[in-house]
Amino acid sequence: MTFELLSRRALLKGTAAGVAAASFGLPNAVRAATNVTIGIVYVGPKDDFGWNQAHAVSIGALKATPGVKIIEEENVPETAAVAKSMESMINLEGANLILATSFGYFNPFMVDVAKKYPKVTLRHAAPLWEKGKHPDNAGSYFGYLDQAHYVNGVAAGLSTKTNKIGFVAAKPISSVLRNINSVLWGARSVNPNATLQVIFTGDWALPVREAEAANALIGAGCDILTCHVDSPKVVIETAERRGIKSLGHNASQAPLAPKGFITGAEYKWETIYKVFADAIAKGQPVPNVVFGGYDKDMVRNTAFGAGAEEPARKAAEAAIADLKANKPLLKGPVKDNKGNVVLPNASYDNFDRVLDGMNFLAEGVVGSIT
Amino acid sequence: MMAADPVSLPSAPPAGASGARGLFWLAYAEALAIPMLALLVSALLFSLFLLVLGKSPAQFFQLVWLGGFGTAFSWSNTLLRAAPLMLTALAVAIPARLGMTMIGAEGALVLGGFAAAAIALPMIGTTDPWLMNAVMLLAAIMIGGLWTGLAGSLRRYRGVNETISTLLLSYIAIAIMNFFVEGALRDPADPNKPSTRNIGAEAMIGKIPGIDVHWGLAFAIGACILLYILMLRTTFGFACAVAGGNPRAALAQGLPVGRLVVIASMIAGACAGLAGFFEVAAVHGKANASLAAGYGFTGILVAFLARHHPLAIIPVAILFGGIAAAGGIIQRRMGLPDASVLLLQGLCFVVLLASETLYGRLRLFNPALRTERT
Repeated sequence: MTFELLSRRALLKGTAAGVAAASFGLPNAVRAATNVTIGIVYVGPKDDFGWNQAHAVSIGALKATPGVKIIEEENVPETAAVAKSMESMINLEGANLILATSFGYFNPFMVDVAKKYPKVTLRHAAPLWEKGKHPDNAGSYFGYLDQAHYVNGVAAGLSTKTNKIGFVAAKPISSVLRNINSVLWGARSVNPNATLQVIFTGDWALPVREAEAANALIGAGCDILTCHVDSPKVVIETAERRGIKSLGHNASQAPLAPKGFITGAEYKWETIYKVFADAIAKGQPVPNVVFGGYDKDMVRNTAFGAGAEEPARKAAEAAIADLKANKPLLKGPVKDNKGNVVLPNASYDNFDRVLDGMNFLAEGVVGSIT
Repeated sequence: MMAADPVSLPSAPPAGASGARGLFWLAYAEALAIPMLALLVSALLFSLFLLVLGKSPAQFFQLVWLGGFGTAFSWSNTLLRAAPLMLTALAVAIPARLGMTMIGAEGALVLGGFAAAAIALPMIGTTDPWLMNAVMLLAAIMIGGLWTGLAGSLRRYRGVNETISTLLLSYIAIAIMNFFVEGALRDPADPNKPSTRNIGAEAMIGKIPGIDVHWGLAFAIGACILLYILMLRTTFGFACAVAGGNPRAALAQGLPVGRLVVIASMIAGACAGLAGFFEVAAVHGKANASLAAGYGFTGILVAFLARHHPLAIIPVAILFGGIAAAGGIIQRRMGLPDASVLLLQGLCFVVLLASETLYGRLRLFNPALRTERT
C-alpha cells in the first residue's frame, strides 16, 4: 500500500511540474524537457556487437534531445528482476517512458508493470502488443530485419563461388526462420543455384558452439557465413580467420572482418526512437505501435566491406530500392525443404501477418527444425 | 575445507567444566564477528577497486542502501530476490552440515519448476486453483528432491564426488527442461519464446498482503526456521552433524551415515524444487529458459556466508538480495558495468573463505589460547 502511495507521489510530482511548466507558457520542447526520463533495459551487455548494441547506439538519438534524460540498465534477465528494474526506474528515478528491449520481458513482466503504473508509458521491441488485450499505456515497436537479410542474400548470391551459404542460428523460432529463409530467397533471386545450410546452436549466446558450427559449415564447403545469434562476433571472426566472406546481423560487424565482410542486416532503431523523441518534445502521446522495414527507414544494410564486389553491390542496391518502394520480396507459391507447399499465394505483402508466424525452412535450405 | 565446521557451530559449543555458558556466548560472538569482519574487508577491497576506476565508494554504498533498503519499494525489490536465494542457500547448507559440498541447486530449481509447470498442463482451466497449486508444489518438491537425491545416492553407493555430480546434473536438468519446452510440451501459441502453456492468471500465487512480494518469501522463511529446528534441535540434526564432523566415528556409533547422506541431499533438492515452484507459480506462470536465472549459484555464496546455519541464511539472503536489487541503480547512476556487483559478490566469497582460517585462533573469543601462552 505504501508502495502505491510512493509511486503516486512521484507521479503527482511529475505531473505538477508538467502543469506548472504548461501554465507558464513555455515552448513545448522546454516543457517536455523538464520532466521526461526514459529508462531502457537490455538483456545483455551494451557492447555485444549485436542486438543490445544496436539499441544502445540508437538511443543516442534521444540523448541529444534537449533535457531528455536517459537511464540505461544492461544484463537484466527475463525474470521478476526485469519488472523490478523497470519499477526501480519509475520509483527511484521518476522514469515516465520505459523501453524494454528483450522478447521475454513482455509477458508477464512489462504487462504487469504497465497495469501497476497506468501513467507511465511502456514500449516493447517486438510485435507483441495487441489493442484491447494489453494495457493502453503499453505498446510495441519493431523493425522487419528479414528485409535487410534478403539484401544480404542478394549480395551473397553473387559473391559465392561454391553456391553454398552457411547460417549459424540460435533457435528455430519464427523470427529466426524468417531471416534464414530471406537470405536464401535473396540469393536465389539472383542465383538460382544458391543453397543455404543452417546449423542451430540451441541458444542465443553459446560462443563455443557458434565457433564449432561456423567451422563445420566452412568444412561443408560454405564460402559465405552469416548468423542470427545475439552476438555475431564469433561467427564473423571465424569466417575472417578461415579466409571466407561474411554477412552481419543486428549491428555493424564491419570492423571485425576487414577482408571478407560483404554487408550486414542492421536495425535502425534510431528512426523509431526519433519518432518517440519528437512526440515527447511536442507533448504528444508516443504511438502505441511503430513498425516497418526499408519502407519506413527502420532497417538498413551495413556499408559494403572489402568482400563486396561490384555486381553484388549493384544487385543489393537494386534490391534495397525495391524494398523501399514496398515491392513484395516473396514470390509464391513457396515450398518448404520437404516439398510441401506452405505459402500458396503468388505474392505476399512484406508485412503480411501470415509471415510473422513462419515455421518452416524454405526449399533450398539444408537443415532441419526438429 | 568446511568439513569440520558444522560441529564447531554455536549449537555445539565446546563444553568446559566451568564457565560453559560464557564459552557458549563467545562462540556465538565469534561466529558473528568473523563473517562481519570478512564483509568489512571485502567492502574495503571493493572500495579500493572503485577508487582505481575513479568512482566514489561513498556513492556506491549510498546507492546500495537506496536501491536495496532505502525505500519501501527497495525493500520489496530486495525481498523478492531474497526469497529464492533463501531456498537455494538451504539446498547448499543442509548437505554441508554433513560435510558435503553440493552445488546443484540451479538444476533442482529448474527441474522442480519444470515439473510443476508440466503437471499443471492437463489441469489448466479445469481444476480448482488451490488443488492445482498443491499438486504443482508436491511435484516440484518431489522432483527436486529426487534429482539431488540421485547425487546423494551416487555418493552413497558409488562413492561419486557429490560436488562434481551435482554440478553436472545441473546442466543435465537444464537440458531436460529445454528439450521438453522446445519440443513436446511447447505452447504453440507462443511462436517466439519456447515455453510451456501458461497456467492461467487464476492459478497464479498472489502477493503477501501489505507487501509487494509473493508468498514464496513466507515459505522460504518458514523453510529456514523448520530446517533450523530439524538440523540443530533434533537427534536427526545431531546425527548429521556427527556424520559431517567425522563419518568414521559416526559409523562406529551406529549412525546410518549413508542414509543420512541421501536424506540430506533430498531435503536440499526439495528446497530448490520449492524455489522452482514459486518461480513458475508466482513469477513466470510457465516454464522456460528464464528459470535458469542463477539463483542456484548465488545460493552457494549465501550458504557459505551464513556458515550453513539455516537461520543465518535469512539475513544473508536479504543482504545479497539487496545488493542485487541495487545493481540497477548503481549501473544507471554511476555508469559502472553490471559485472561490478558480481565482483563485489566474488570478493565477499573469497575473503569469506579466507576468514574460515580465523576460527579458533582469535584470543578474544578463545580464552584457552590466552591461558596457554602465558
